[in-house]
Amino acid sequence: MTDVTRMTAAQVAGLISSGDASAVEVATAHLDRIAAVDERVHAFLHVDRDGALAAARAVDEKRAQGEELGPLAGVPVAVKDVIATRGIPTTAASKILEGWKPPYDATVVERLRAAGTVMLGKTNMDEFAMGSSTEYSAYGPTNNPWDLGRIPGGSGGGSAASLAAYEAPLAIGTDTGGSIRQPGAVTGTVGAKPTYGGTSRYGLIAFSSSLDTPGPCARNVEDAALLHSVIAGHDVRDSTSIPQPVPDVVAAARLGATGDLTGVKLGLVKEFAGEGAEPGVLAAFRESVEALVKLGAEVVEVSCPHFEYALPAYYLIAPSEASSNLARFDGVRYGLRVGDDGNRSLEEVMSLTRDAGFGPEVKRRIILGTYALSSGYYDAYYGQAQKVRTLITRDFTTAFESVDVLISPTTPFVAFPFGSRTSDPYQMYLADLYTIPTNLYGGPAISVPCGLSEGLPVGFQVMAPTMADDRMYRVAAALESAVGTLTPPTLEA
Amino acid sequence: MTTTALPTYEDAIAHYEPVIGLETHVELGTNTKMFCGCPTEFGAEPNTQVCPVCLGLPGALPVANRAAIEATIRIGLALNCDIAPWCRMARKNYFYPDMPKNFQTSQYDEPLCVDGYVDVQIDGETFRVEIERVHLEEDTGKSLHVGGATGRIHGATESLVDYNRAGIPLVEIVTKPVPGLGARAPEVAKAYVTELRDIIRSLDVSDVRMEQGSMRCDVNTSLNRPGDEWGTRTETKNVNSLRSVERAVRSEIIRQAGLLTGGTRIFQETRHFQETTGDTRPGRSKETATDYRYFPEPDLVPIAPDTAWVAELKAALPELPSVKRARLAEEWGISALDMQSVANAGAIELIEETIAAGTSAAGARKWWMGELARRANESGVELAAVGVTPAQVAQLQGLVDEGKLNDKLARQVLEGVVAGEGDPAAVIEARGLGVVSDTGALTAAVDEAIAANPDIAAKIRDGKVAAAGALVGAVMKTTRGQADAKTVRELILARLS
Repeated sequence: MTDVTRMTAAQVAGLISSGDASAVEVATAHLDRIAAVDERVHAFLHVDRDGALAAARAVDEKRAQGEELGPLAGVPVAVKDVIATRGIPTTAASKILEGWKPPYDATVVERLRAAGTVMLGKTNMDEFAMGSSTEYSAYGPTNNPWDLGRIPGGSGGGSAASLAAYEAPLAIGTDTGGSIRQPGAVTGTVGAKPTYGGTSRYGLIAFSSSLDTPGPCARNVEDAALLHSVIAGHDVRDSTSIPQPVPDVVAAARLGATGDLTGVKLGLVKEFAGEGAEPGVLAAFRESVEALVKLGAEVVEVSCPHFEYALPAYYLIAPSEASSNLARFDGVRYGLRVGDDGNRSLEEVMSLTRDAGFGPEVKRRIILGTYALSSGYYDAYYGQAQKVRTLITRDFTTAFESVDVLISPTTPFVAFPFGSRTSDPYQMYLADLYTIPTNLYGGPAISVPCGLSEGLPVGFQVMAPTMADDRMYRVAAALESAVGTLTPPTLEA
Repeated sequence: MTTTALPTYEDAIAHYEPVIGLETHVELGTNTKMFCGCPTEFGAEPNTQVCPVCLGLPGALPVANRAAIEATIRIGLALNCDIAPWCRMARKNYFYPDMPKNFQTSQYDEPLCVDGYVDVQIDGETFRVEIERVHLEEDTGKSLHVGGATGRIHGATESLVDYNRAGIPLVEIVTKPVPGLGARAPEVAKAYVTELRDIIRSLDVSDVRMEQGSMRCDVNTSLNRPGDEWGTRTETKNVNSLRSVERAVRSEIIRQAGLLTGGTRIFQETRHFQETTGDTRPGRSKETATDYRYFPEPDLVPIAPDTAWVAELKAALPELPSVKRARLAEEWGISALDMQSVANAGAIELIEETIAAGTSAAGARKWWMGELARRANESGVELAAVGVTPAQVAQLQGLVDEGKLNDKLARQVLEGVVAGEGDPAAVIEARGLGVVSDTGALTAAVDEAIAANPDIAAKIRDGKVAAAGALVGAVMKTTRGQADAKTVRELILARLS
């Protein structure tokens, strides 16, 4: 049998449903791969071997009894550690939640379980999803399988790296400012941020509530669409969840894979296709645009004049919400408690706990957000940022009056070496320059590999109108059919 | 600082004008909490009515309770408010262990209901209290500090938190500042809270019990010299009864007047009302000014009540207390002023129920506003807690109407009922208090009285019928009041005619 860890999720599901492989065999192969390479990659914070095998056995039993299996039944999936998993450690890569086992499953996890997927474990990330490199994980960074000395992107570097390292065929990420797409770009994998409200946030440990969006990560577009369709859809437990049917993303991906984009109008975001990106990134992007034109797409340049204010607006809105969302980590009810020696006041214990439990980037953003919401500064910072957000949304809606989707590179630069951007937070924040506008608008966007620059993957971003997630899958799949998927180094010893 | 002797209330009012404002919290009686499906029953074992949402566990999200929104809109409508067509919840950020998320989901600059009013009447005069806003928020948990002398956090060896109450929907009703009340300020404050309570009770959205904490009131008070700008206000908390509302305002007026007269400036602070002494004490002073860093709650979609729905709710409002009072005054044949006294005594429902149990309006009112009001007043309890049910009052009056009790005996029977000896019939039986109207038994007493008072008997024989009263009195005396006076009189006249 060929190595199931190199297959697509769709292929794996096919093997299981046809009986050519058992779910237990598939799970075991991936768990063995994790055991073999994760010491070097460090994509996982927790591997749930027993849980994975039990879930795989359940799928095999269902099949043995002739029950119908879902399209991803038995397929392993890795879940970002910011998502609550019942009885399984969930830390958001923070010391403050070390050892915390949620008493409940996130909606996304519930749906993964209901679909018969096999959860392998929890993946590494920047603490509380704040960062673009996983260097801010309290448990050490994840290494990019393309070059173990480079970052795998962030915050969801663990999920993306687990795919590139063939430890898992599918992974769940969360995207607040690019945390699914940018890791996808720099690891040569596919990452999709669904429409905000298209996937439930229930059980996702909040960073920025108005931006956070769970989404699929895979090694190809169709797999991402399959995973998307399993986790998406209205959830009564999330007030911001959209009560509408999920667009048929799988059909759209399959349509795109035929390589025909006749009649599809692509808007090239002028502001994101010039200076600011590495030449190699721009070159790969432009070649991809040519390829899309050859598939019949029409490309027009579109100006989105307010996108340049997206980064500063984001760094006011997201930290503001984070400063409030992270207030609950105080050592009173769960997680870390420091200094409770019977002599210290409650305030001192809270303060010591938060000082010891939060890392430098989390503290930076809490301070930033606390300041931005302060009386006397609210209008100038948080209030102004909300106005910018409205203008950016208007840029999108105006653009979508004349084009079907917007396109840009996913991130201005390829995977950078560890330590090269941690000394200057702004240099790190630039990694999300092209991904952030979508989060502020709330629409869907996908990153798909489009070539290499200096031997490292480059990502191509497709942004679509809200609840038109199918459009981006079509374009991404078409591009994939033209340029092919990328094959990362095997990491064999 | 020199201590100034406190002025009298009259003195204080003679020199200063009070401005009051009231913030009232009402716990809604919804079946489930504001943002989750947990039950809301009072008095359950600590931390048994909790879930990931109301415990604020990482990842949990709120979903607004439609019934709570509906109840808030109905309260707003009953208070003559405008209902916002679109508004948002907001986060009020501060650290406190009884608040699971370290922020309270509340409303800030976009309340659900605005610009209403409540009219209250005192001695026939109407005072309008304007409502600034009615908004919806979630309650916090309850802290229990163990080991300290005061039950406060300072000095406690450990603190326990019960999150059963966390997330119960709470409506906050805020008045605009009410100036120009003069000496009436404490009474108006009490009358307002009473009216508010009655309105909310009529809506059946809360049990509005101050002693159980389902209705809580903070009283703001400031003083200024006539013609001056309004003074600095203090906020008095821990005001746990209607009577305390009046006492708190009164004592704060006296305290502030004393300070101002002595040249001391008033600090904006939170004070606590002391039930036992009737005055206010400073709360724990906050070292830094609180900045709640309010911002719109991103986890909840805006509340946008459909205008048709609001109109439906308005049309379906029950008869409000003021309308009901007017109707009952008419039905009972009493003046608006008398009706106000009935209302102020908290007697409306008691009288209604007594009438429903078969008593005339006059009879029911006589008992509740007379003997029973006197007893309630003497023992410092609410009328409803005086120890007699409307049904018992109806039975009592029924016995009087049947001639089985006279007024004097009825009061004795009532005393027995209050003392817990049972229903009127049981008390009569046990104390042997029935009216003696058996003529055979009375004839002897009548003959005895005639024999003992020959002069009076002679006058009656001469046609001076009015003199019979003296003989009736004598008979009543020998029968220890148990005779039916009417029967006695008839017997005397028959004997001497």
